[in-house]
Amino acid sequence: MNMLRAENSRSILTLGLLSGAFILFTGAVGMIAAFHEREVVDDVISLGQLLLLLAPFATGFVVSDRLRASGTGSLLIISSGVAVGLLTALPTVIMLLFNSDEYRFLLDLTLKLIPFVAATYYAWQQYRIGSDQRLIIGSWLAIVVLIGIVSFSFALIFEIKGDLRSVLPNISRDWVEVVTFDHPKELMTGIATLLLVSAGAGAAGSFMVLVPPIPRQALLYGLGVTLLVGAFGETVRLILQENVDRDTLKQIFRRDTLRQDPALMLFIVSTVAGFLWAMFGQQARQGFANLEPSRRRMVNGVGLLIFAGILLMLPWLIGRTLSDVAVTIGIFVLMGLGLNIAIGLAGLLDLGYVTNYAVGAYILAVLTSIGPLGRLDGVFTFWMVIPVALLAAMCAGFVFAVPVLRMRGDYLAIATLGFGEIIGKLAISDWLKPLIGGAQGVQAIPKPVFFGTELRNPEQLYYIVLVASLVTLFVSIRLNNSRTGRQWMAIREDEDVATAMGIDTARAKLLAFTLSAATGGVAGAIFAAKVGTVFPNSFTVFISINVLSLIIVGGIASNPGIVVGAVVLIGLPELLREFSDFRFLMYGALLVIMMIKRPQGFIPSKLVSHEIRAGVNAKAAAAAAN
Amino acid sequence: MFKWRTDDFSWVDFTIDVLRVIIVLGVVIGAWNTLSSGRISLAQWVNLFAAGLSQGSIYALIALGYTLVYGILLMINFAHGEVFMAGAFSTVFLAEALNRTGFLNAQPLLAILLMIAFAGLVSMSVAILLERIAYRPLRGSPRLVPLITAIGASFFLQYTFRGLYGSGFKAYPGVNALQGAIEIGGISIPVVQVFVFCAAIFLMLCLYWLVERTRVGKAMRAVSENKEVARLMGIDIDWVIMFTFGVGGFLAGSAGVINGLFRPQGVNFYMGFIPGIKAFTAAVLGGIGNIPGAMLGGLFLGVIEAIGPNLVLAGLGIPGANQLKDVIAFTMLVLVLIFRPQGILGERLSETKA
Repeated sequence: MNMLRAENSRSILTLGLLSGAFILFTGAVGMIAAFHEREVVDDVISLGQLLLLLAPFATGFVVSDRLRASGTGSLLIISSGVAVGLLTALPTVIMLLFNSDEYRFLLDLTLKLIPFVAATYYAWQQYRIGSDQRLIIGSWLAIVVLIGIVSFSFALIFEIKGDLRSVLPNISRDWVEVVTFDHPKELMTGIATLLLVSAGAGAAGSFMVLVPPIPRQALLYGLGVTLLVGAFGETVRLILQENVDRDTLKQIFRRDTLRQDPALMLFIVSTVAGFLWAMFGQQARQGFANLEPSRRRMVNGVGLLIFAGILLMLPWLIGRTLSDVAVTIGIFVLMGLGLNIAIGLAGLLDLGYVTNYAVGAYILAVLTSIGPLGRLDGVFTFWMVIPVALLAAMCAGFVFAVPVLRMRGDYLAIATLGFGEIIGKLAISDWLKPLIGGAQGVQAIPKPVFFGTELRNPEQLYYIVLVASLVTLFVSIRLNNSRTGRQWMAIREDEDVATAMGIDTARAKLLAFTLSAATGGVAGAIFAAKVGTVFPNSFTVFISINVLSLIIVGGIASNPGIVVGAVVLIGLPELLREFSDFRFLMYGALLVIMMIKRPQGFIPSKLVSHEIRAGVNAKAAAAAAN
Repeated sequence: MFKWRTDDFSWVDFTIDVLRVIIVLGVVIGAWNTLSSGRISLAQWVNLFAAGLSQGSIYALIALGYTLVYGILLMINFAHGEVFMAGAFSTVFLAEALNRTGFLNAQPLLAILLMIAFAGLVSMSVAILLERIAYRPLRGSPRLVPLITAIGASFFLQYTFRGLYGSGFKAYPGVNALQGAIEIGGISIPVVQVFVFCAAIFLMLCLYWLVERTRVGKAMRAVSENKEVARLMGIDIDWVIMFTFGVGGFLAGSAGVINGLFRPQGVNFYMGFIPGIKAFTAAVLGGIGNIPGAMLGGLFLGVIEAIGPNLVLAGLGIPGANQLKDVIAFTMLVLVLIFRPQGILGERLSETKA
C-alpha cells in the first residue's frame, strides 16, 4: 500500500497551494510585515514568521491525517508533509522573484503568457470531451481576449511603474526581510531558506500525525501555551507586573518579549502538564461524574465562587492598561447582549444598532458636559443621566422600530442600516451643530463621582461596566425563559405561524427593538464618560458590524457565547495592536467562514444548534428525496 | 401592558400615515419656500438636474447588479458596492500608466474603452469569486444567512483592497477631451456629465440587448422565473447564476471607471460602501428584480439627491443643506421600503419576495 492514491496527491496539491495562497495573501495585505514587529520568543521567532510556519504545519498535519486514514506508509507521509511545505512556499517564492530586479522580466513574461496558457488549457479540455471545433476555436479566442485585456494591462502598469511596490505597497522591503528570514540581499539564499523552513514545518506537521495520541496532545498543548504566552507577551507582562517583583520580571521578559530560557521552561512545564492531563484527565472527569449530585453541586459552586472572586478582583490583578481594555470589552458585552435580544431572540437583523449607542453617548455628553455645549453646568450627574440615556435610547429604538415593523428579513436589515447612516450624517452636520457640536463633538464630560470619589481610572469604571453587564445578563436570561421570549422565538422561526398562534407580532417586535436599544444607550453613556469627549466619528457603521460579528462568532442567542465573542473579537485587537489594522479583514472573513461552516457560533445556545441541526437534517432529507 | 385592538384600528398603520403626512407637508412647505424666494435661477436648476442625471446614471449601473442578482437568487448582494470599488480602485493604476505614456490624451476614446473593459473584467472576477466562494455553499439556507455572509464579504473585500493598494486616496488623471462645457440654449453643461450619461445609457442598452435578445439572456430570464423548471429545460443553473454575477460585476466595474472620471476627489477602499447602499436604494426604488426599474430608479435617485437638499432642506431653513445629501438618499431608502417596497415599476411582490 505504499502508493499515493490519485485523490491523495490531488489533496496535497490543492491544500498546499491553498495555504500558499493564504501566505501570499497575508503578505500582500501587509499582515506578515506588521506581525513581524512582535517577537514571540526573543531572538528566535516573531509573530509574522510564526504565521509563515503555522500554515505549512497545519496543512501538513491535515493532509497527513488524511493519508494515514487511507493507510499510507510513514515515509510517504513525511515526504507529503515536505511537499506541502514546498507548495506553501511556492507562491511567495514566485512573488519574491517578480519583486527582484534581476528576475522582473519573469513577471512580464508570465502576465503575457497567462491568457494563452489558460485558453489553450480550456480548449484542450473541450477537445477531450469532443466539443464542436468551431466552438473550441471561438472559446479559445474569447478567453485569450478577456484574460488578455486584464493581464496585458497589468503588464503595462508594472512596466511603466517600474516595480511592484508602487502598486502593491505591502510587497515591501520589510516583507522580503521576513519571508527570506533576514536574507533580503542574497535572494537565492533567502528563497532557499524559505523553502527549507517551510518544508521543515510541513514535515513537522506530518510528523505529528505519526506520534501516538497522548504525547501528541501534550506536545501540541505545550507548543500552544508557549506560543500564546509569547504572542501576548505584553499582556502577560502587564499582569505579572502587578504581582511579581521587578527583577524576576526582568529575567522573564526583555521589554515585552519572552526570553529564551523562560520560554523553554514554559514549554517543558506545559508539555508535562499536558501529558499528565492527557493521561489522567479522563479519569478525573470520570471521577467528577461519579460524585454524588450534592457533592458535584458543591464543586460547581466553589468553581463559580472562584470565578466571581476573580471577576471582582480583576482590576487589581491586571493593572490599569488592561482594565481599560476590560472596560471596552464590557461596553461591547453590553451592546452584544442588547443586540442579541433583537437578532438572537426575535430574529430581527438590526444593522443600525450604533444609533442607540450614539443616542446614549450624546445624551450623557450634552446633559453633563461642563464645556461650552453643556449648558446645564453640571446640574446633572452621571448617575442621574444613566437612566435618562437608557430611556432616550429606548425611545429612539421605539421611534425607529415603528416604521420598520412591517418589513422582513433583508429589507429590515437595510432599512436599519439606513437609519444608522442617517444618524451618523446628522451628528456631523452643521444643522445640529449648535446642539451637539458637529464634527468637533462635545468635550469636557466629567467622570462619574461615587460618594465623593471621582471614578477617574479604568479600574474604577470597570465596576460600573461589570454591574451593568451583570444586570443585562440577568434580564437577558430571564427574558429568554419568559412568555415574551417564547413569543420572540416563535416570530424568529416563522412570523406567519406566530401570528396565526395569536401572538401580537407588532407588539412583540416593538418590545424587542425597544429593549435591545436600552443597553445600547447605557453602553454609549459609559463610553462617553470613559473617553470624556464624544465625536461623531466614533459612531459609524463599524460599531454595528463589530457587535454583529461578536454575536455571530460567539453564538447567536447564547449569552456565554456573546461574552466570549466580545473578549476575543474586541480584546484581541486591543491587546495585539498589530491586529487592529486587520480587524475588519478578520471580522469579514470570520462572518463568511462562520456562516458557511458553523452558523450556530463557537459556543452555541442549545436551542439554536438543535434547530440548525434539524434544518440540516431536513435539507439532507430533501436532497436525498430528490 | 398596554394593548391595542388590531382588528379595527392598527396603531402601526396610524403612525405610518402620520409619518406620510409629515413628510408630504415638509416637502411641500420646503419647496414652496425655496421657489417663492427665487434664490436659485432656472439655469441653476437645470445644472443641478443635469449633474443629478449623471450621478444617477452611475447609481443605475451599480443598481443593475443588485437587481440582476435579486431577480435570480432573491438575495441582496450586499458586497456589490465593493465589487464596484474593486474595479475603480484597480483601474486607477492603469489610468496613470496610460496617462504617463500619453495614450490617454492622444486616443481618449480607445483609452477609456480599455479602462472600462479592464475595470469591468476585474470587478467581474471579484463578483464571480464572491459567488463561488461565499454564496454558492449557502444556497437554500435561511435568508438572513447569505445576508450576513454578504456583510462579512463586504468588509473583507474593503480591507483586502486597503491592504493590497494602500489606504490613501488616488485620483484619476484628467482627460483633456472631457474638459470644458457644452452650451445648449444659454445653459452650459460640462462635457464630462454628458459623457457619463451617454456611456451609462450605452452600457444599459447593451445589457438590455443581452437579456432580451440573446440565448443566455433567455436562460437568465428562465432561471429567474423558476429555477427548477429551468433546470428541467436543460439550463445549467450554476453557470447562469455565475454569468449573472459576472454581468453585474462588469457593469459595476465600468461604473467605477465612469465615476472615477466624473468625480475628481479620487478613489479609495471605502468608496464603494455608500454608493452601494444608494444603488440598492435605486434598485428598490425602481422595483427590485426589474431591469428598466433599476435604470429609472438610479436616475430618479440621482436627481432627487441633487435637487432635494436645495429645494426642500434649504427651504425648511436647515443650514449646510448640501452636507445632508446622503441623508436625503438614505431617507429615500427608508421611505421606499416603508411605503412602496414594490418600487415604481414593480408589481406587488408576494410575501416570499418582500
